[in-house]
Amino acid sequence: MLLNESLILAGILFSIGIFGVLIRRNAIIIFLSIELMLNAVNLSFVAFSRAMGIDGQVFVFFVIAVAAAEAAVGLALVIAIFRHYETLDIKNFNLLRW
Amino acid sequence: MKEFLWYAFAFLAVGGGVAMVTRKNPVASLLFLILTFFSLAGIFILLQAHFIAAIQVLVYAGAIMVLFLFVIMLLNLGHDYRSDLRGGGWIVIGFAGAGLFGFFVSRAFRGPDLVVDHGGAALIDRAVAEFGAVGAIGIPLIREYVVPFELTALLLLAAIIGAVVLAKRRV
Repeated sequence: MLLNESLILAGILFSIGIFGVLIRRNAIIIFLSIELMLNAVNLSFVAFSRAMGIDGQVFVFFVIAVAAAEAAVGLALVIAIFRHYETLDIKNFNLLRW
Repeated sequence: MKEFLWYAFAFLAVGGGVAMVTRKNPVASLLFLILTFFSLAGIFILLQAHFIAAIQVLVYAGAIMVLFLFVIMLLNLGHDYRSDLRGGGWIVIGFAGAGLFGFFVSRAFRGPDLVVDHGGAALIDRAVAEFGAVGAIGIPLIREYVVPFELTALLLLAAIIGAVVLAKRRV
């Protein structure tokens, strides 16, 4: 079956997402990398569901719904921040730093 | 044939992912991520998860990415082509993350199986034959998972209200 290879692909995609979150300064690209990480997790859930039952796919349904809600609220935040700072470079968002 | 298709979709997905994190233009980045989403939908179909593949294309590539694209358009973001990579220590940390990538690639060439088959494929095929592709997920959603289902509805309501309030000009 393709289950082992799908899990390894999920790990590779997750690492690419981590790399994107850590290395980029544009807030939109960071959001897109987070969506890539969520998709890698969805792939691993579907691969395990093929081995263990339908429950993995039900959980993927919930992950997609939560990702949609998070994308909507996160992008509303990005719009509000952009109105204030005129830039999306995250090195300027340091009000909570020590 | 299935293996060849799986490898084709997998290379498209990884290529789209690497291209996504290395583009300067956010619109190009987003389009490569849409390519990754379509490749993942193809892999879901190869894993016999037809409903999830359809939902992936409709919701993820069709709604969430369109929302991102509209925000990029509204904020007029596609014109600044300066590089925005973080410098210094972050590159070290980033390559440590890429080391995680290398670990997973190395698992592809040796090592024991990661998955132990518990016979889930037969259960899923029986449910699909009896209830259809949508019913195979819909019936557990309404029977065992009804509480998370209703909570997800509440979450989506909260997200709608929150998005409208956060993006208004004058609260």
